[in-house]
Amino acid sequence: MVPKVLVLRAAGSNCDFETKFAFDKAGAQTDLVHVNRLLSDDTKLDQYQILAIPGGFTYGDDISAGKILANQLKYKLAEKLNKFYRDGKLIIGICNGFQVLVKAGLLPVVDFMAEQSITLSNNDSGKFEDRWIYLNVNDGPCVFTRDIKKILYFPVAHAEGKFVPNDETVLNSLKENNQIVFQYISPHNGKTEYPDNPNGSIENIAGICDPSGRVLGLMPHPERHLDPTNNPLWTRKGLSGEGDGLKLFKNAVNYFLS
Amino acid sequence: MDLQLITRIELVTKPGFYDSEAQNVKSGAKDLGIRSVEKVYSYDVSYLLGEISKEDKIKIAENLLSDKVTQEYLIDKQFEMVHSKDHWSVEIIFNRGVTDMVAETTLKGITDLGISGVREAKTARRYDFIGRISDSEKNQIVEKLLMNKVIEHVVVPGETIFFPKMEDRFELVHVPILNADTDALLNISRERDLFLNLEEMQVIQNHFRGLDREPTDVELEMLAQTWSEHCSHKTLTGLIEYDGNIIDNLLKNTIFKVTSELNKSWCVSVFKDNAGIIEFDDDYNVCFKVETHNHPSAMEPYGGANTGIGGVIRDPMGTGLGAKPIINTDIFCFGPVDIKHSDLPKGVLHPKRVMQGVVAGVRDYGNRMGIPTSNGSIFFDERYLGNPLVYCGNVGLIPVDKCEKTIVPGDYILVVGGRTGRDGIHGATASSGELHTESEGTWSGAVQIGNPIVEKKLVDTLLQARDSGLYRAITDCGAGGLSSAIGELAETTGAEVQLDKVPLKYHGLTYMEIWISEAQERMVIFVPPDKVKDALELFASEDVEATIIGKTTSDKKIRLFYKDTIVGEMDMQFLHKGLPRTIRKAKWEKPEFTEEKFEQPAELTEYLHKILSSPNVCSKEWVIRQYDHEVQGGSVMKPLVGEKNDGPGDASITRPRLDSFKAVILSNGLNPKYGLLDPYAMAVSSIDEALRNIIAVGGNLKRTALLDNFCWGNTNKPDRLGGLVQAAQACYDAAKVFETPFISGKDSLNNEYQTENGESIAIPPTLLISAISVMEDARKAVTMDLKEPGNLLYIVGLTNYEMGGSHYFELLGKNSVSVPQVNFERAKKIFNDLSSAIDHNYVRSCHDCSEGGIAAAVAEMAFSGGFGATLAMNNIPKNPMNMRDDIVLFSESNTRFIVEVTPENKKLYEEKLADCPFAEIGKVTGEQKLIIKGSNGNILINEDIYILKESWQKTLRW
Repeated sequence: MVPKVLVLRAAGSNCDFETKFAFDKAGAQTDLVHVNRLLSDDTKLDQYQILAIPGGFTYGDDISAGKILANQLKYKLAEKLNKFYRDGKLIIGICNGFQVLVKAGLLPVVDFMAEQSITLSNNDSGKFEDRWIYLNVNDGPCVFTRDIKKILYFPVAHAEGKFVPNDETVLNSLKENNQIVFQYISPHNGKTEYPDNPNGSIENIAGICDPSGRVLGLMPHPERHLDPTNNPLWTRKGLSGEGDGLKLFKNAVNYFLS
Repeated sequence: MDLQLITRIELVTKPGFYDSEAQNVKSGAKDLGIRSVEKVYSYDVSYLLGEISKEDKIKIAENLLSDKVTQEYLIDKQFEMVHSKDHWSVEIIFNRGVTDMVAETTLKGITDLGISGVREAKTARRYDFIGRISDSEKNQIVEKLLMNKVIEHVVVPGETIFFPKMEDRFELVHVPILNADTDALLNISRERDLFLNLEEMQVIQNHFRGLDREPTDVELEMLAQTWSEHCSHKTLTGLIEYDGNIIDNLLKNTIFKVTSELNKSWCVSVFKDNAGIIEFDDDYNVCFKVETHNHPSAMEPYGGANTGIGGVIRDPMGTGLGAKPIINTDIFCFGPVDIKHSDLPKGVLHPKRVMQGVVAGVRDYGNRMGIPTSNGSIFFDERYLGNPLVYCGNVGLIPVDKCEKTIVPGDYILVVGGRTGRDGIHGATASSGELHTESEGTWSGAVQIGNPIVEKKLVDTLLQARDSGLYRAITDCGAGGLSSAIGELAETTGAEVQLDKVPLKYHGLTYMEIWISEAQERMVIFVPPDKVKDALELFASEDVEATIIGKTTSDKKIRLFYKDTIVGEMDMQFLHKGLPRTIRKAKWEKPEFTEEKFEQPAELTEYLHKILSSPNVCSKEWVIRQYDHEVQGGSVMKPLVGEKNDGPGDASITRPRLDSFKAVILSNGLNPKYGLLDPYAMAVSSIDEALRNIIAVGGNLKRTALLDNFCWGNTNKPDRLGGLVQAAQACYDAAKVFETPFISGKDSLNNEYQTENGESIAIPPTLLISAISVMEDARKAVTMDLKEPGNLLYIVGLTNYEMGGSHYFELLGKNSVSVPQVNFERAKKIFNDLSSAIDHNYVRSCHDCSEGGIAAAVAEMAFSGGFGATLAMNNIPKNPMNMRDDIVLFSESNTRFIVEVTPENKKLYEEKLADCPFAEIGKVTGEQKLIIKGSNGNILINEDIYILKESWQKTLRW
């Protein structure tokens, strides 16, 4: 069965096309669906296996990044999302989508009643920055990173990406459950500092999953490195294989094929 | 208003978290020379109007407004973070009627929480300062840092936050002109900010005498807008007396002419739609438009630049049946950012503040729209102090069968997107005048603030409507608002418009204001009657407002109604063809002066450092990183390249279709330093530079098109206009030989600033050339960073004694009348042969020589690649042959490249370039040093590449 992917749009989503392209290239069948269609029930979430919340500035990030869309999920779509999750399906949030997941109650665990325990706050640099960063991939339950044994190279592009847990307990629980999926890493083996950690994230955390590994949120953009020509170093190192990001989407699709 | 109905919620960043707003204010105060500020706290404030229960207030504060991890909130109270007698608190709020995006989103968020009863919202910012700050310092902080009085003010205790709704007012206004004498006519033009001259007013008077009635205010405004310089380009299309001859339409005789003579089959639509369209592949074309937003950016940098990019994005959206915006470009000219506040002319914002505001404005709009900003440049010169230039461009992707509009009678006219407010009244006409010291206050109506999310929703929905065939024509509301949009789109049919149907941001606008408002994010579409229902449903499903406001007719008149009253009626013929053509005089005299002789310095390393760190050469990374240049996923060559992704790329390459390697190359050329010395040379240099950049990354001339954007001083003055004639002729001459047609352009004249003592300062004549090229295979691209030790370095092109406007001479306080020229035939040969060499994969890196000449180019290649280079100067092709080494190294002659080639490809590469001036001049080395040996073998430059890099990076590392 070719899995169906719903890429969720809202006012200000702007990485929807390339996220759709990534899933389609990985072998899925992908629809772009406006959140209004889920709210009105014109589109049934049930018919999809993967929900992707793409990057962008939903509702302008006007109050804080992803907040309005997060509240729509939390207060209006919780029941449908709970069922989607209980059915063993996959959810990924990239950049603004990650911000939505933590503010809605889909990360670090799927619990819409829980207090928000993590945030993605203003970058330490105080501004929006677009730069390529190296990511270490930790072993753990995450479905999207299965069999990825190398350092990944993705761009980040955000103003609010500093990963901050509420307290040590939250952080320890993430560690114990192997929920820390991605950490920024220096390419020079040294200590990872700005700009290798582009936003000041605690413990260089760039992405986390829920304890089941089926919900993933990350600040960097895997959908912007699908082709080797996306890599800014390709004119130095040559073109070969596929972009680092494609494997994440293939893993998600293969989860339903195997 | 009952104060009980107003809720005030204040948020603060918790201790231990970074409060970037407060930090920015603190460092900004330091920049102003204020040392007394010890600490700053900032607070986000929301005012809500309506009956809200206590629980709901808490719900709003907790679940919507605040972030529990990083923020705390207070309801109807202020935080008291400090208890000090040296404490000062100030709150800033938007002026009435200014777009408050966050407030609009807040209202939506409250509704989503299931809370009703909140009728209005407004946001503000409060600051606490600690320190013994004097009253004059407080004034400076407020006016120069915290707010721009054009859009904001300090909250006074007890002031009205929410205003009672104004009544819609209607009073038909006639302006008596039939019997007005010349003084009275000019008075009417001046008092109403029409910017129409006497001759134009007299033509209007005669027209209405023929009709035997007085015009209404909206009819006069419509004429003023349509006939404004901004909308009609009456100078460049008018009559110009030059050298004893009359030029009848300068544009037609130069820019348009060369395109029509070249007659390229891949030019799909040129100079007639909102953007020029060229072929891309079998399924899609690409279109490109560059605009300026200079006057608004001078008054309110953030809002001006914000709406500048927002406005130009709507050009491709309004081209054909609508293109998808895929790439942004931006080019700015500012005054020197290190100028002292005390040296600023009165009424002028500090260039650093202008630059920060402009960059933030472009950033926030482009990033939120999800359009990569991949190409641009920044130029500094004192003469831009009063008139900064903000060029914004956008490229769109459009299906081949969606490139033409169809205008027929009987279609519904819909306005879609944003609502109409009092913003931007008189923007089009105001750009016909000069700025002066009172500009901030007098033209506040012309200031606009954008809302990118409204535009993003709009484009998302329009593209679906386009693909479903729901409309037959589309255009954007830009300068001149609905008046310009409908007036132009319905020129061949006529239209009736019901102005009371136009959705408004607030009540109280007159019909005249509705018609000419330049409120942002609005488009007009013409919808066939049988598609109206589907169109309205589609827009509603995406939360985009769409409203029927009229119909196209067949009598070639525009007729405006307010409810049942006709408020304006105008023949399309008179509106569009009635403008009298004034003869303007033009003359150009080349400045003459003798050059001072000076000795060649023995060592040139110091000069290279100075050139690399000069504002016009130095790294613009601080700006570039704030733009998203990766969104949409097609970025192949980014604005920053090299081992650490921080070297200066020559052009950007983007794949608009992720399933193809076909790509779009964008570049630009801008050489204002040559403008006053030789506008012809300035123009050909800009074209050469834009094309060099295309060639350097792997493009070719065969599929390259150009855009022209002239920014000039007051062209009613013959010397200014004379330079413009020269530059336009240069555009024709160069494009003709290179076979690179112009496809779109725009001009912004009257960029002059009146100082207090009446002196008028003009900007240097500034022509921006933007180039767009279609590349067959993006995988053949080449970057400018050195790739491998042992590779050979070549110079391609001839170095001449051309030091006029050069950085080297500027450093030395010298000048020269010898401005870089272009030998078109030779340049074309070089472009084509080098392009072929790159296409054959013979080239590992390539960089054009521009500001700072050969020395700066090689230095940039070295530190971007992380490798050293050794160069010997003896066989660099040059003219005259006895030219001094320092001149050869720093001359800014056109059409030159530094090229890196592997030893294996040496022969093949040299064969390709056999008919061009070129020479092998050195090698890439594994040492981190740039060593340049003079023609006698003496060492002229010897420096660590990373020390050179530091010089290049430090200047604008803010």
